[in-house]
Amino acid sequence: MTQNAEHVLDHFELFRGPEYQQMLANKKALFENPHDPAEVERIREWAKTPEYREKNFAREALTVNPAKACQPLGAVFVAVGFEGTLPFVHGSQGCVAYYRSHLSRHFKEPSSCVSSSMTEDAAVFGGLNNMIDGLANTYNMYKPKMIAVSTTCMAEVIGDDLNAFIKTSKEKGSVPAEYDVPFAHTPAFVGSHVTGYDNALKGIIEHFWDGKAGTAPKLERKPNEKINFIGGFDGYTVGNIREMKRIFELMGIEYTILADNSDVFDTPTDGEFRMYDGGTTLEDAANAIHAKATISMQQYCTEKTLPFIGGHGQEVVAFNHPIGVGATDELLMTLSRIAGKPIAKALEQERGRLLDAMADSSAHIHGKKFAIYGDPDLCYGLAAFLLELGAEPTHVLSTNGNKGWAEKMQQLFDSSPFGQNCHAYPGKDLWHMRSLLFTEPVDFLIGNTYGKYLERDTGTPLIRIGFPVFDRHHHHRYPVWGYQGGMNVLVKILDKIFDEIDKNTNVPAKTDYSFDIIR
Amino acid sequence: MSLATTQSVAEIKARNKQLIDEVLKVYPEKTAKRRAKHLNVHEAGKSDCGVKSNLKSIPGVMTIRGCAYAGSKGVVWGPIKDMIHISHGPVGCGQYSWAARRNYYIGTTGIDTFVTMQFTSDFQEKDIVFGGDKKLAKIIDEIQELFPLNHGITIQSECPIGLIGDDIEAVSKVKSKEYEGKTIVPVRCEGFRGVSQSLGHHIANDAVRDWIFDKISPEAKPTFEPTPYDVAIIGDYNIGGDAWSSRILLEEMGLRVIAQWSGDGSLAELEATPKAKLNVLHCYRSMNYISRHMEEKFGIPWCEYNFFGPSKIAESLRKIASFFDDKIKEGAERVIAKYQPLMDAVIAKYRPRLEGKTVMLFVGGLRPRHVIGAYEDLGMEVVGTGYEFGHNDDYQRTAQHYVKDGTLIYDDVTGYEFERFVEKIQPDLVGSGIKEKYVFQKMGVPFRQMHSWDYSGPYHGYDGFAIFARDMDMAINSPIWKKTKAPWKDAPRPSLMAAE
Repeated sequence: MTQNAEHVLDHFELFRGPEYQQMLANKKALFENPHDPAEVERIREWAKTPEYREKNFAREALTVNPAKACQPLGAVFVAVGFEGTLPFVHGSQGCVAYYRSHLSRHFKEPSSCVSSSMTEDAAVFGGLNNMIDGLANTYNMYKPKMIAVSTTCMAEVIGDDLNAFIKTSKEKGSVPAEYDVPFAHTPAFVGSHVTGYDNALKGIIEHFWDGKAGTAPKLERKPNEKINFIGGFDGYTVGNIREMKRIFELMGIEYTILADNSDVFDTPTDGEFRMYDGGTTLEDAANAIHAKATISMQQYCTEKTLPFIGGHGQEVVAFNHPIGVGATDELLMTLSRIAGKPIAKALEQERGRLLDAMADSSAHIHGKKFAIYGDPDLCYGLAAFLLELGAEPTHVLSTNGNKGWAEKMQQLFDSSPFGQNCHAYPGKDLWHMRSLLFTEPVDFLIGNTYGKYLERDTGTPLIRIGFPVFDRHHHHRYPVWGYQGGMNVLVKILDKIFDEIDKNTNVPAKTDYSFDIIR
Repeated sequence: MSLATTQSVAEIKARNKQLIDEVLKVYPEKTAKRRAKHLNVHEAGKSDCGVKSNLKSIPGVMTIRGCAYAGSKGVVWGPIKDMIHISHGPVGCGQYSWAARRNYYIGTTGIDTFVTMQFTSDFQEKDIVFGGDKKLAKIIDEIQELFPLNHGITIQSECPIGLIGDDIEAVSKVKSKEYEGKTIVPVRCEGFRGVSQSLGHHIANDAVRDWIFDKISPEAKPTFEPTPYDVAIIGDYNIGGDAWSSRILLEEMGLRVIAQWSGDGSLAELEATPKAKLNVLHCYRSMNYISRHMEEKFGIPWCEYNFFGPSKIAESLRKIASFFDDKIKEGAERVIAKYQPLMDAVIAKYRPRLEGKTVMLFVGGLRPRHVIGAYEDLGMEVVGTGYEFGHNDDYQRTAQHYVKDGTLIYDDVTGYEFERFVEKIQPDLVGSGIKEKYVFQKMGVPFRQMHSWDYSGPYHGYDGFAIFARDMDMAINSPIWKKTKAPWKDAPRPSLMAAE
């Protein structure tokens, strides 16, 4: 018997016992119709070859292990960033179960969201009744200050018109006429979660600025000294937004964070469940029209939002997930210029400390080859930081990156001697990455949790940075933006490098001559 | 001491009824009327729990339910390891369900095994406008080229497929013919079908019937030498290895498991199942359909079993053995006796720490009833339970075999109701899913995920019960729950009061 009450064996150990091993071997041999092990081995080796890579890259229809999700996820992510706001997804309910699970698995936090539970009858007759009943139920039960509506692919295919539906619902008394119900169409077959972020944020801002879907006069801009700040879809939203608030406060800048979901994804355990916590107040969302400028940390998350805001008379600036010294310099100088405030001494010192850390450690990173995958802005920010460290971001792959993104990546590569042999791969997936790692190996891989399969198959050590990170805890609490954030990223990379060196040097009497205690 | 043990059944019933009235007050009238049918207090001796089930969820509430795609791809088909399951439609559904259910398996992933991969047709706007059938045909070609050792393909339809009228059946037939009769199974599990994942299970079962069983000639010889002791495990998804810690018991009692559905399962095992002498069914909800079909068409009897906790395991082993000869009956007794010392040791260790603790459950499939016995083996009491997507026959089984008089029953509970119930009843443990986990932990209530075993497991079988007991103990008796209230928030100390 394998199990033991004194020392209970988990699945890790339990099934390695001889009885289980024998059972599994019998199952395979007798009942699974397995391929000849030699054939499995042959195909396994073949899948590592340039020939396989060529076939793999010739794929036109099939997607395998993509690094992107769908629009409504981004819309839900945005909605919870507003005070007392409940996301309401118009479409089938299963999708909402998925968004909530996905966010909860990453943040280890509750994720609240409702749907209009459309089923077959709604597919035939449209989902108007679901919207009418749904808004009324949500409003009565969860008492939100605002309900932010987005759609699933189902509602989009049948062509439900949110503007008209919400209007009718208000007429039927589901919610009061003046109640805020901003909306965005977020079809899952267009773009990705990043597009959904953009559409939903634009929808909410538009609602407040442009007359609440025809129910109020449009706001008139009266410029003030504030700066609006948009984080973009970001797995580090808790750490990053708080870090940015600290920076704003250090510099004495008046700011409004648009879609500030840092608190709702980080509520305390103290005996109370907070369905809503923190968030941009609705007043601030409306008043954001008066700001001097809006800064987006992620260009590809705000492709529609920024022009919309710009169109209302503000300066708009987009960054690409700034990570490291140069990118943070640029961010701070931009903030300083726009706000007319000097860069705080404390930040200057932090800059020096980050450079100090890079000087201490870059020898271990210099010349190392990296593969990166993730959202287009994150890939850009990480690649730029690696170039600063003298590393080569050899393969940079973004399933939801487009041609424009690839060109921008190329310009980045061209700007550095370390970028010479680097390539950007827009629209490719992690099965493409697998071929890249086999045929043009690199030293380290940076990406989200799904990369652990690549780490296992190709032996490329994985540094987890991105979304989602399911299998490591609490990364989202640590910023990657600002000089402090750069420090966190540097440490994350170095820890993996040192772990690998230790793993490669720990065989007694064989490799352990360089199993050093000082590095 | 928990509430349940200090109150009489009459008091508990009165409290639960009042609780139901309270939560219904918050809804608009029409909604309250509909929700009222799904909430009840169990009356001993009744044939079911007195709630309506398997009806549409109400728009705008936080239902915990999923969809038909989740039932088919996420539960039934996804774990079949040597087939490639295409999430056909937009990218999201496949992404969110990617490797999320911990269906353990042995195989070389990406070469001859594909469970923890995400294959999708990643529908774009043009696919919606022009239809996706050509793309699907091409995808199948590309799969054949890049993954030549796959044993079959399934097409798991997402919402748009049915809405735009793609003919995935025709594509499957053409491609199957082109690849020498290859098993290619179209599954119409669009998420808008039905009211929950439950219909997805049924549709998935029907696809096995139509596209696998119906292809096999009844006279075809099995690929193995049959024995009188051949059984198939039906409805075990091998979460954290559940089916393995179950299979080993069946084999130890002298049976031979010729197929596992569908955790760690293979196409060959699906095809072999009509040759079984008995189908043993764990998750009744998700796979009773195919078990009934095999009974009707192939004359294979089936029997439900429950491998949570030693009482139910022993009962189930004897029940399964009753379908066979004395050799197997003796085998069952031998297995029960073999594991008795382990069970005694586990209970001796954990029962004193768990005795009298109360539990509220809300899960899918069979678990809202099946795990009750395991809690009782540890001296714990389930004071509230309900199903995400149960049908009336689930509530019948629950009433007749599992729950006690006065138990609070909530079908398709809404987030709002569940929170209020837990707040008022203050159980020592809540067992539900990831979406509920952090809500209750914030409230200071210990919690275990009872879908994924909170990344632990197995929980099935004798080996699994040891882990189950340990996990419940670690959840309830974790020292952190004593700290949820800051010490300065307690009643003020006398000295401070005196100073005022």
